[in-house]
Amino acid sequence: MAELTYLKAFNQGVRQMMDADSDIFVVGEDVGRKGGVFGSFAGLFDEFGELRMVDTPISEQAIVGLGIGAAVCGLRPVVDLMFMDFVLVAMDQLANQAAKLKYLFGGSARLPVTITTNGGAGLSAAAQHSQSLEAMLCHVPGLKVVMPSTPYDMKGLMVSCLRDDNPTVLVKHKRMYGVKGDVPAELYEVPIGEAHVVRPGADVTVVAYSRMVSESLAAADQLAAEGIGCEVIDLRSVQPIDTETVVASARKTNRIVVVHEAVRFAGLGAEIAAQVSEHAFDYLDAPVARVAAPFTPVPFSPALESRYVPDAPRIAAQIRTTLDRG
Amino acid sequence: MTGPSHEVLRDIHRRMVRIRLFEEAAGRISEAGRMPGFIHLYVGQEAVAAGVCTALRDDDQVSSTHRGHGHLVAKGGDLSRMMAELMGKATGYCGGKGGSMHVCDLDLNMLGANGIVGGGVPIAVGAGFANKYRANGAVSVAFFGDGATNIGAFHEAANMAAALQLPVLFVCENNEYGEYTPRYLTMAIDDVVERAPAYGMPGTMVDGMDPVAVFEATTAAAARARAGGGPSFMECKTYRFYNHHGVQTLGMKYRSDDELNQWRAKDPIPRHEDLMVGAGAMTPDGIEAVRAEIAAEVEAAIDFAEQSPLPDPDDLLDGVYSGPADQRQPL
Repeated sequence: MAELTYLKAFNQGVRQMMDADSDIFVVGEDVGRKGGVFGSFAGLFDEFGELRMVDTPISEQAIVGLGIGAAVCGLRPVVDLMFMDFVLVAMDQLANQAAKLKYLFGGSARLPVTITTNGGAGLSAAAQHSQSLEAMLCHVPGLKVVMPSTPYDMKGLMVSCLRDDNPTVLVKHKRMYGVKGDVPAELYEVPIGEAHVVRPGADVTVVAYSRMVSESLAAADQLAAEGIGCEVIDLRSVQPIDTETVVASARKTNRIVVVHEAVRFAGLGAEIAAQVSEHAFDYLDAPVARVAAPFTPVPFSPALESRYVPDAPRIAAQIRTTLDRG
Repeated sequence: MTGPSHEVLRDIHRRMVRIRLFEEAAGRISEAGRMPGFIHLYVGQEAVAAGVCTALRDDDQVSSTHRGHGHLVAKGGDLSRMMAELMGKATGYCGGKGGSMHVCDLDLNMLGANGIVGGGVPIAVGAGFANKYRANGAVSVAFFGDGATNIGAFHEAANMAAALQLPVLFVCENNEYGEYTPRYLTMAIDDVVERAPAYGMPGTMVDGMDPVAVFEATTAAAARARAGGGPSFMECKTYRFYNHHGVQTLGMKYRSDDELNQWRAKDPIPRHEDLMVGAGAMTPDGIEAVRAEIAAEVEAAIDFAEQSPLPDPDDLLDGVYSGPADQRQPL
């Protein structure tokens, strides 16, 4: 077990899987010679060469389409979209093609495409380089979406995505690249669709994913000093969602606060609130609460952006409000 | 004589007649209300699919369009499974999940008709990439219409294939209409093939009503691609004899009867039959025998489809995902 950064854990997972499976290749903008604009693929071009680390034109539709065609023909592509915002440029290939071909073909196709991308705000990158668009992807049957919050989960989920025969989307958070954590040297899987109870607690359940997990844990630390026990659940996968874990926790703590960086309206929080009301209504002592971004584009100026992105104090404030009820 | 062998001429002919008789039958069944949804018939354009696919190897892939029945037939598709799919039956190619716009046969390397104009073009580029990756000498073919060359996916895919020097054939079936709008209103060039050099790939203009010309152009482009020469582009000028969808020809304000009749006079099937008889590749009786044999195959396909069961509604959830997640619905 070595301590690796979030980004190095991703890189190690890709490299080890490419070593193990010659059908895996990486295709995208700047992924080869440059090693990815954030360094995600550093060193892999030298190791695997230009056939397996494919630099492409800035053509998101064709990049995803290349992955689909190669996957239908038996390869296992890693398709990198530089920013999550660019998913929208490729949405036909992603939502109409990759997600649906298996079903349209009566189940006869396999589409082992792993889309990797970089989401999240906090770098003053403004509204076209900062979005959290996972709700759009989760709405499309046929896709799986994972959003790891630790180096350990990053490597394990990337391995699971690469071994999955479905189109998967792995979203890295741009503000977490330097976060360090223990990562086993060998290959291992973190199963897609399994949440992780990061911190047990009795009084309230906080459901989060991606960078909001660490903010929620910080809020939980603050509240512990006030005698409030927060159970923090990291969803890790947002499609499929581990409803059982969330519902079991709701039945135990009777209060749920959902935290995400995406806008509040029609976000994952709405889905989780609906699921909890469907499966644990009689256990609830308060309405399911949501801490999320306001319904605006992501702003540029740090003064505005820091108001936009949920943080530990805001999460803690919502938890106190939720506990005041009932 | 120079040109394709008699065997190739007969092969092309058989593929064209299989398309024509299947499509005419499907059109009649659709008109009679015995088929759900709507269908886009390939009638009139047979020389393109048949000419291209006769020149391909079995392991060459094709991606197709919403007017895609002809491409699957030309790749050797099973007419019974096709007709069953068009009727939404459990025995169809897609188990009734896809229908007319999504017929496919991955075992034949036919990567699917596609309901999104231009949507199949990047997928063919991906298949071409897989061929280059494996150095297997196969090529992929993207079939698309003139209308698709106005959509971004086509431009991205063409540039990508050229930049990466992939073994891909871009086959434009220019039938002069994008849905109901004539091509000249939608692009400021006379010939779609003018776009090819902009991507750095050779472009060829082909008479899309002449299957031998299509076969020869494809053979040359495929040989070039197999030898590592990269992608190329063919514009095949052709025409759909029926409407954008369905079989009506009357009362179509967007095309004149004169125009339709001029193109019908170029019907690729009788023209090719005359060629075969003249070349001694086939006798008129032999041609009749082929037509009768295929007509019987089509009748058998209709019987198979009509007698096949509808999908079990409980199968609705199958096939969304591979593996254990399949059938798992969000709670």
